[in-house]
Amino acid sequence: MPAHLSARLCSLALSLFLIAFALPALAGPFEDAVAKFANDDYSDTDEAIGVVASSGNPLAFPIISALQDGRLMADPDSKKVYVTGTDGKSIDAATGQAVASVPDSASAVRLNNRLRRSVDAALGSLTLQSPDVGTRLQAAQSVFKSHEETALEPVDAALAKETNRSVKAALGDARAAILLFKSDASEVEKLEAVATLKGRGDQEALALLTGMGDQPASVTKAATSAIGSIQNSLAIWSMVQNAWYGLSLGSVLLLAAIGLAITFGVMGVINMAHGEMVMIGAYTTFVVQEVIRTRYPGLFDYSLLIAVPLAFVVAGAIGVLIERSIIRFLYGRPLETLLATWGLSLVLQQAVRTMFGPTNREVGNPSWMSGAFELGQITITYNRLWILVFTLAVFAILLAMLRYTALGLEMRAVTQNRRMAASMGIATSRVDALTFGLGSGIAGIAGVALSQIDNVSPNLGQSYIIDSFMVVVFGGVGNLWGTLVGAFTLGIANKFLEPVAGAVLGKIAILVLIILFIQKRPRGLFALKGRAVEA
Amino acid sequence: MFSKSTHDIAASFSRRGVLAATAGLVLGLASLTGAKAADDTIKVGVLHSLSGTMAISETTLKDTILFLIDEQNKKGGVLGKKLEAVVVDPASNWPLFAEKARELITKDKVSVVFGCWTSVSRKSVLPVFKELNNILFYPVQYEGEESERNVFYTGAAPNQQAIPAVDYLMKDEKVKRWVLAGTDYVYPRTTNKILEAYLKSKGVAQEDIMINYTPFGHSDWQTIVADIKKFGSAGKKTAVVSTINGDANVPFYKELGNQGIKAKDIPVVAFSVGEEELAGIDTKPLVGHLAAWNYFQSIKSPENEKFIKAWQAYTKNPKRVTNDPMEAHVIGFDMWVKAVEKVKSTDPDKVIDALPGIEAKNLTGGVSKMLPNHHITKPVFIGEIKGNGQFDVVWKTPGLVAGDAWSKELDGSKDLVGDWVGKKCGNFNTKTNKCLGSGS
Repeated sequence: MPAHLSARLCSLALSLFLIAFALPALAGPFEDAVAKFANDDYSDTDEAIGVVASSGNPLAFPIISALQDGRLMADPDSKKVYVTGTDGKSIDAATGQAVASVPDSASAVRLNNRLRRSVDAALGSLTLQSPDVGTRLQAAQSVFKSHEETALEPVDAALAKETNRSVKAALGDARAAILLFKSDASEVEKLEAVATLKGRGDQEALALLTGMGDQPASVTKAATSAIGSIQNSLAIWSMVQNAWYGLSLGSVLLLAAIGLAITFGVMGVINMAHGEMVMIGAYTTFVVQEVIRTRYPGLFDYSLLIAVPLAFVVAGAIGVLIERSIIRFLYGRPLETLLATWGLSLVLQQAVRTMFGPTNREVGNPSWMSGAFELGQITITYNRLWILVFTLAVFAILLAMLRYTALGLEMRAVTQNRRMAASMGIATSRVDALTFGLGSGIAGIAGVALSQIDNVSPNLGQSYIIDSFMVVVFGGVGNLWGTLVGAFTLGIANKFLEPVAGAVLGKIAILVLIILFIQKRPRGLFALKGRAVEA
Repeated sequence: MFSKSTHDIAASFSRRGVLAATAGLVLGLASLTGAKAADDTIKVGVLHSLSGTMAISETTLKDTILFLIDEQNKKGGVLGKKLEAVVVDPASNWPLFAEKARELITKDKVSVVFGCWTSVSRKSVLPVFKELNNILFYPVQYEGEESERNVFYTGAAPNQQAIPAVDYLMKDEKVKRWVLAGTDYVYPRTTNKILEAYLKSKGVAQEDIMINYTPFGHSDWQTIVADIKKFGSAGKKTAVVSTINGDANVPFYKELGNQGIKAKDIPVVAFSVGEEELAGIDTKPLVGHLAAWNYFQSIKSPENEKFIKAWQAYTKNPKRVTNDPMEAHVIGFDMWVKAVEKVKSTDPDKVIDALPGIEAKNLTGGVSKMLPNHHITKPVFIGEIKGNGQFDVVWKTPGLVAGDAWSKELDGSKDLVGDWVGKKCGNFNTKTNKCLGSGS
């Protein structure tokens, strides 16, 4: 035993000695590989990544991670390669010695998709034992994706030391993926791998199992049954996913239609310029973000919260202006209202086009609205989730306002019986203006939310106007609850039809269904009853 | 009624020597220099939508032609005469395109028209150009299957964009499974038909091709992106070939980014997304996705650098981007000027006959040539989207590719050629040796 130990110690010391003294002196394969980064040739870069990553050189990690972030600078003239640190200090990539500055002729080494995959794979095996849990998890996942045989040893080593449960599971998956594709792995190992992947049960596992190529008969059999069971569970998840997409589409429809439910549903004004109020809300968001970007960049994550009240005020004020200057002369003449508001919508579009230009404007997503999280096997994106929450909040506030405030009471009174309301001392024309302003303001709020998922262009409103009318008519004119149920019904129906019929046919099918439904129930889902209807 | 008063006011502005920019701004950007100018100018029609859905793309092309005319006039014009632009607004309304084209040719007596973006607008003005015998330069990549005597196609035909892009993905990214996603109209449908035939000829099985169409301006991409993800998890490298048009691209890319589909997993190669379209998106999540064009702003060549500089100076906007259809107009305009100078006349018949064979420098360092089928030779580039909204060229064809008017991949058109020099025919069948009706 002691002899054994001393032999090991000797070899360890020897290798330490080699690393410490021999390497810098030799222009070995590592230095040659590093120099290849300066060739600006994708194949050379790919080769260099492989050599550097497997060199065991302590510089491998800084080099590859710099390459990933575009911090690896190469000078094509001198063939020297530099790593620029995040702190601005630079080192020579081949020797690790600090350099005063990177020459101006150096530029970042370029990557394409193939190389990005190589970089991910290389970084994966290099960072499997990083002290940071998040980095380790990411490393395990990228090894899982690339599942290259060379990663097996680092994975095994990392597995032996790993204590975190989720990283351990990810490492297990990565190991299974490698073994499944390793030609000389034993049948037992492969069967275990199939079982592990079956347990993982997601699309990526499915991809590996279906793409694994020739395998021993028993493995193929196990894989086929695993594929079957994964597919079954994914089919159920896809129903859940469709339902979620339906809710999300429904919330967008509701948000776009809710203002129209006031102007058209409650007041009876066929407002073709409704979509343009949505657009104005979206442009308000753009302006708010512009100001924040140039003056107060720290506030960017709050830009939407600031934009919501502003959009309400801007769109609402324009709404009041429209009502006072055009619509009040046209009450009771639906055809003229339709034409006038349609013309108005064109005027507003062209005005915005002249002011902001015809091209799309960039409205950024705040960090809390970007990305997604996994729930079981479905992906839920934050922007859609927040829009759903926001829509329901707007709906609740609007409902409460109509029910519990004096203005809400007056609005309901005027729309139910204008003359009686007037004789009770309600200033009906003022209430008309405010109601129209409220509907427009809410459309403006909708624009803030829609700017997060759609183009902010002068045509933004046009794409929502038809859907909005559809929702309001389907849900029942004059009933906010009808609009809510209508929007979600249409959203969910659309999303269950879309995978079967395709986006175009799905939309047509929905329209046909609505027409048939309206034949049966001309007043929509929730018809208003009582004298208001006859008036 | 509207255009008349516009003309009068614009004319009075130009008489006073006031720059017409303000007039254009106020008056819906109609005629810039007016119709009543003297006869010693050559009139150039500009038929691009300045309002409506297509304004987003076409307004820039109008500016490009105005810029080119301005530059040409600084050099002394053409045949000793100044060029004069006549700008009309067909408002993204296809029948209005035909009406405005007629107005340009009969009323304003233009010598040539630069215009149209969508294929449907081109199809709508075709009969007018044939009947009144004038010239249209069409600057946008399109589905091919056309070669008309009066039209010169300076954008890419499918073999100058779609096919090289698919080749690149097949060879470099080793793609085995294909999603062909497009907007539901003639360009994507024809292009995808050509691509499907091409992929099958390369041994791709039917089950490895997924074709998906969406309506114009589609904004809810959740289901389709999830489908793409699912399709991509069959253990084979998957890519999306996107013929999704203009506006719908932004929510599509946003959804891709949000659902975490990275370019290194499932790359998307787009045929209608350029610098201009990216100007409206946060491009960080899109880094690595691809586009195939014949020009990118980021290409380094002396011609390109000069052009970008002059363009940004002309528009007084140091951030103004350039794009592929703009370059097509640059080439087309140059070719028209050269043809006119060659025959010393602006007579459309003479110019049409003179154009094939004319060469003009493109902005990427090569020389494009007008072919007998009225298409031009172009280089093809594949660019990767960078974080700053520009493209990094990752691949290009070794030389220039000649545009095929008729696709070799489709049964209906593989024997056809367009030849307005020898055969005087746009759809000559080389098997039966007959012209199928589009002759002169």
